[in-house]
Amino acid sequence: MKGALGRFFLRRLALSLLTLWLLSIVVFLGCQVLPGDPARAILGPLADPRAVAALNQQLGSNRPPVEIYLSWIGGLLTGDMGQSYAYRAPVAPFIGHALVNSLKLAAMVFAIVVPIGIGAGVLAALRAGRPLDRMISVAGLSLTVIPEFVSSIALILVFAVLLRWLPLSASWPAGSGPLVQIQHLILPALPLVIVLFGYIARMTRAGMVEALSADYTRTAVLKGLPWPTVLGRHVLRNALLPTITVIAAQMGYALGGLVVVETLFRYQGIGSLVLGAARAKDFAMLQAGILTVGAFFIATTLVADLLTTLLDPRLRTGGRR
Amino acid sequence: MKHAEIAPPVLELRDVSVSYRVRGRAVPVLNGVSLSLGKGEVYGLVGESGSGKSTVALAVQRVLPPNGHVSGGQALVNGRDVAALDRAALRRMRARDVAMVFQDPGRALNPSLTIGRQVAEVFEILGSPHGEALRRAESMLERVRISAPARVMERYPHQLSGGMQQRVVIAMALAKDPSLLILDEPTTGLDATIEAEILDLVDTLRREFGASILFISHNLGAIAGLCDRVGVLYAGRLVEEGPVRSLFRAPRHPYTAGLLRCLPRPGLRKDLSPLDTIPGFPPAPGSIVAGCVFAPRCGLADDLCRRVDPPLVPTGEGRLSRCHYADRVDRLPHAGGRPAALRNASGEVDAPPVLELDGLSKTYGVAPYAVHALRDVSLRLMPGETLGLVGESGSGKSTLAHALLGLVAPDAGSRMALDGAALAAEVRRRSPEQIKTLQIVFQNPDSALNRSHTVRRLIGRAVTRLGGLAGALREAQVTRLLEAVRLTARQLGARPRQLSGGMKQRVAVARAFAGNPRLVVCDEPTSALDVSVQAAILNLLADLQAERRVAYLLISHDLGVVRYLSDWIAVLYLGRLLEVGPAANVLDGPHHPYTEALLSAAPSVAGERSGRIRLTGAIPSGVNPPAGCLFHTRCPRRIGPICDTEEPPLVADAQGHAIRCHLPREKLGRAPALAPA
Repeated sequence: MKGALGRFFLRRLALSLLTLWLLSIVVFLGCQVLPGDPARAILGPLADPRAVAALNQQLGSNRPPVEIYLSWIGGLLTGDMGQSYAYRAPVAPFIGHALVNSLKLAAMVFAIVVPIGIGAGVLAALRAGRPLDRMISVAGLSLTVIPEFVSSIALILVFAVLLRWLPLSASWPAGSGPLVQIQHLILPALPLVIVLFGYIARMTRAGMVEALSADYTRTAVLKGLPWPTVLGRHVLRNALLPTITVIAAQMGYALGGLVVVETLFRYQGIGSLVLGAARAKDFAMLQAGILTVGAFFIATTLVADLLTTLLDPRLRTGGRR
Repeated sequence: MKHAEIAPPVLELRDVSVSYRVRGRAVPVLNGVSLSLGKGEVYGLVGESGSGKSTVALAVQRVLPPNGHVSGGQALVNGRDVAALDRAALRRMRARDVAMVFQDPGRALNPSLTIGRQVAEVFEILGSPHGEALRRAESMLERVRISAPARVMERYPHQLSGGMQQRVVIAMALAKDPSLLILDEPTTGLDATIEAEILDLVDTLRREFGASILFISHNLGAIAGLCDRVGVLYAGRLVEEGPVRSLFRAPRHPYTAGLLRCLPRPGLRKDLSPLDTIPGFPPAPGSIVAGCVFAPRCGLADDLCRRVDPPLVPTGEGRLSRCHYADRVDRLPHAGGRPAALRNASGEVDAPPVLELDGLSKTYGVAPYAVHALRDVSLRLMPGETLGLVGESGSGKSTLAHALLGLVAPDAGSRMALDGAALAAEVRRRSPEQIKTLQIVFQNPDSALNRSHTVRRLIGRAVTRLGGLAGALREAQVTRLLEAVRLTARQLGARPRQLSGGMKQRVAVARAFAGNPRLVVCDEPTSALDVSVQAAILNLLADLQAERRVAYLLISHDLGVVRYLSDWIAVLYLGRLLEVGPAANVLDGPHHPYTEALLSAAPSVAGERSGRIRLTGAIPSGVNPPAGCLFHTRCPRRIGPICDTEEPPLVADAQGHAIRCHLPREKLGRAPALAPA
């Protein structure tokens, strides 16, 4: 059994690496298609074409695309993400710093949305068809369709400008402790919480409704178990399986979806880094940033698949008998 | 049972009525049902789908769905009104007094908890500490005859077979040593031999535990073998009650009599007489019927029946009947009606076979893990005849049908021929003629028919695709098919959900016959249907065969069905043909020991299950089949080491009855259950 699980994991890992490689090609081609070249971006629109050509020669950006791609990939494999044209410095430290910030924000989002979403979903399922259920379902759906930039602005106006409960900027003063950091992160986290809440609540509700009406739940009730035991041991365990997978898969989305929020709240995360790089035609930074987000996305999907397999004995222990 | 008058009955229903609220309207499902179970008694509740029999079980345990409620009467367990119990007392009753086993064991067990955890839980509720609960769970599993209980404890439900799962559910139910055990269709969906094992187990355990049992089933044979008394439910009313033997021997209600006559029983065959059916349909729940509920379908009904609802009155010997003419039931006219169509008893002597299978094998997987689903099976089927295919699950029945239909490709070297022409392994490479010639009727018409199409469209499409007809010709053919399957033009505009199960299966049959097939594979054609509907479909299949000389390959776990329709019977075990021959020879014996066991496992209404042969041990895995005779690990008549090492050849007698066994033919047995009643 353990062997089968190991093989499954290795196969998924290989597939993930393949996906990552395909992504690197797409990212590279995308950057090649973008108008403008690095030297022009560095020297500005008024620079002498001869100087541009000379700089391109120096940077190697006038080589054939295949050669550029190979040297880029070669660099990545040896841990060199390239040089940023805009900052004239290696890319890697920027990416690292931004990734840590983004992960902090994402962690904040999930720390808020997971308990609330699951709690609301469970509550809705237990009151299925009643007013509370309708309220939760309608609220979840309506919140999901509010774009981040709309809710962000509304939240900023209410909590930072009018009530002054929370700091406007997500960036905390250098050297702040964790509590201050958390205080700064709550407001930027909320727009994503609003988007994800409905999704998680509805998944939970669907899983709960199914488990509550399942025959095994009736068996548990007829054993004479107290209701909290039925709920905890028999219902939740089965009901939350799909939700856990969904949450894990959403981690990747959250990281990529932070662009708007990071920009609005002026937060130094991977989203704003990528956006800045695209504006500045800082190709090395852009490629590395997108690839990092992609890698993270693929990793969370892998984790989600693995979690499902580990939590569901039907998948964990293989077929019948 | 003598003490029933002194102590309160274990279960007593007093005039219980239950209704479900459907679209704001109260629909009665149970209507004034009264019954009582004494200590240690086994009471069988029979009824077809929609009769309300499962609702009885749910009402007793107070687990009706949210839209259902008890609208009248009382259910008393050990003399206490269930409706009056508070939350804690109700939980205590469920934990100690009443246990329940449902139809589908695979769904009744929690998929993400181990078996040990789920069984031990029952003891924990009763106050055992964890370790002791686990020990008692293990010994409980042993008591339901699970070998290696320690290993089963660590398994998850999906790792067990259906029969094992049901044993676990029964173990959980009996663990609390309940005074009342409710079994709701506990063997529906299980194989015939597993069904027999479970029924045996229940029969043994009732003596060991002394629980009273309410056994709910549509299977008259199972009820006959197990119960002391029987109640017959029709449209939410108890129409007859009495001791099982006398009730089944001489029913006093026309509905009971009709049900019993519907059963394909020994001595009845398609070429001798059609099966009796019960005409018409049960009333829709909630419809108001003046007079007797059964009158519209009853052959004895007169004006009195249509005007006055008969009361449930005693008819002697502890029997009750809700019929004005209980004493006349034996004069109920046979409702089969039409005289048996002319049958071709022997078929044309010189006609070439419609189907020839030669050395058909199918192996899944590769060398060390290969599963031999079919091993070198050779069969012939003549036009206008039925070949019944018999065997437990995993015997290769379905693989054979799938190979025939081109859904799985058999191994190299297998040969299939339809009407003398080689039949390609893949549907794509078959000629349109061959596709028309070979059709299928599935078990479940619900999943076989497109729900959004009307009957006209469902049959019309088949006529166009298989018959190549369009326009007026197509309409004419649709009408002809509709008549052939005894549906009327009224149903043409209906969609599947507006039809009853039997009607849907008729549409499925009509579709299969759209291209005038020569061979129809019938895969459990009636096992999703009620007894009375089953009889009508079997009659239909027999009539169509006589009219159109179509051959059937019939797959069924119900030996009654196989016996009624088949001219030839083939017995498969682990993909190997163990016996094949003319139906009468295979059924009357001498038979292969495996066939003998299968035949004696089938429950019969006559209720004689004493001479049963019990197969012990599980079906061996196809990955690692036994050496020698494949059946030797479970064979009750193993003669010696030769069985373990050498596989016997398939030896045929002059009539073409072939048996694969080392025992000489004169020493092979005959199943006693088959002696005509």
